Amino acid sequence: MSAVAYTRYELLRAFRNKRFFLFSLAFPLALYFLTAGPNKNDHDLQGTGLSAPLYFMVSMASWGTMTSMLGTGARIAGERQVGWNRQLRISPLSAVAYLRAKVAISYLMAGLSIILLYAAGTILGVRLPASEWLEMTGLILVGLVPFAALGIFLGHKLNVDSVGPFIGGGTALLALLSGTWFPLAETGFLHDVAQYLPSYWLVQANRVALGGTSWGARGWLVVAAWSVVLIALAARAYRADTGRA
Amino acid sequence: MASTTVQTGIDLQGLVKTFRTPHGPVRAVRGVDIAIAPGETVALLGPNGAGKSTTIDLLLGLAEPDAGSVTLFGGTPADAIASGRVGAMLQTGGLLRDLTVRELVSMMAALYPRPLGVDEVLDLTGLQATAAQRTEKLSGGQAQRVRFACALVSNPDLLVLDEPTVAMDVEGRHAFWATMREFASRGTTIVFATHYLEEADDFADRAVLMARGRVVADGPTTEIKARVGSRTIRATLPDAPDAALLALPGVASAERRGASVTLRCGDSDAAIRALLSAFPAASDIEISGAGLEEAFLELTGGEDDEDVAA
Repeated sequence: MSAVAYTRYELLRAFRNKRFFLFSLAFPLALYFLTAGPNKNDHDLQGTGLSAPLYFMVSMASWGTMTSMLGTGARIAGERQVGWNRQLRISPLSAVAYLRAKVAISYLMAGLSIILLYAAGTILGVRLPASEWLEMTGLILVGLVPFAALGIFLGHKLNVDSVGPFIGGGTALLALLSGTWFPLAETGFLHDVAQYLPSYWLVQANRVALGGTSWGARGWLVVAAWSVVLIALAARAYRADTGRA
Repeated sequence: MASTTVQTGIDLQGLVKTFRTPHGPVRAVRGVDIAIAPGETVALLGPNGAGKSTTIDLLLGLAEPDAGSVTLFGGTPADAIASGRVGAMLQTGGLLRDLTVRELVSMMAALYPRPLGVDEVLDLTGLQATAAQRTEKLSGGQAQRVRFACALVSNPDLLVLDEPTVAMDVEGRHAFWATMREFASRGTTIVFATHYLEEADDFADRAVLMARGRVVADGPTTEIKARVGSRTIRATLPDAPDAALLALPGVASAERRGASVTLRCGDSDAAIRALLSAFPAASDIEISGAGLEEAFLELTGGEDDEDVAA
């Protein structure tokens, strides 16, 4: 019961946070119309076999949701700065309930980001069978697991001054390496590196529209490996983080 | 020893905590034993750096002791916290932003199994008028009251307050202790850290004096006050012989610097009466309580802690 109440107030706080709406919703949406809008009749973006509106819809969704997930880290860092994590630790709220609330809010925010971009995609002419919308959404949600853990890890490791630039720079770099701004060539160094990044597989969720298996074994393995490592790091950072700021 | 008689309260035994810093290890707590019975109000009294906040962190399980043990109501701090029996106002603490005062207090209430009514607590802490304001827009004194409200609303068996009045003005301080007195009458066990002797004296049943990571005295506040409560009289008095000053009743030591004399007094009331009748020319008279820091140095006799602890 206390866990539900805590989640409810966290949600209220998240919705009052203007930065979230700016970085996780408004920016990706505006960029989507800027990148996909002029090419909305391009039905085979640089040989990917995907239309530009579909490609950029998924890549902007991956960027926006990544930002939502890591934004939780910024909020945790802010709470730590005022010592609120210590206040919560001396309340009956369990660590599991606390972390669950943080992850639930991250996912809810990511969900909003996805819905908004899907709507924008439909406006620009993206049409998919229901099963492919669902599969794509499922892949994105699974691909966000490492980022949920990374957000918690960063929130408990970085201070409030460094967390913003770190997340901003980090997501920009990951986006660049993962084919968010333009499709990566199918071969070459960049492609080799990208395959080991969880963010690459977020963008690759667009391949459901090509039929067949969208991620393949490699995708699942990379996402699973990052999830395991980052969840372990996040748990350790949370446990160690009891000292006075 | 005492621990067996207070098993249902708080028992700190042989606590040791050292922090590693870039300047070498800081031995914040060096062997602290404190036993507190349920319903007691105890002041942890000491100057900055005495180890009060670290002791409170250990008591609450926010830090793990290097040695020693903490028992709260017969269990671990984590047990007591999980069952909602502990409420605390920590020293370093701001407020969660993006919520109103009422929302924040309500959220805290929702985390505990037997909270007080939110309105009751807002009344008690004088926050009804600010209840609709966002927490990030409050003044320092108001924020401090909200932190107090968050601790109270948990309706704890043990209330821990680390330097609760530190950001408050005199008026806020009076209001705070008036509220606390009302709350203490419910039988809650209260532990608070302070470096104001008056606060310990006015409010606690018992004071535990800490200095340099150790307990240097532990007893009823009246007793502690008598031990550290010496006062100092300063006056401008050019032509009084030092021996005559020292001979005044209540004066323990006399010091002269030019025309100014400083008298350390066990009984400053007697001393000031005698001083004025013997030397009516005394001017610029100031009477002040001895600083705690000074008093502690006297109590610990300037012993070399490093040797003792080694």
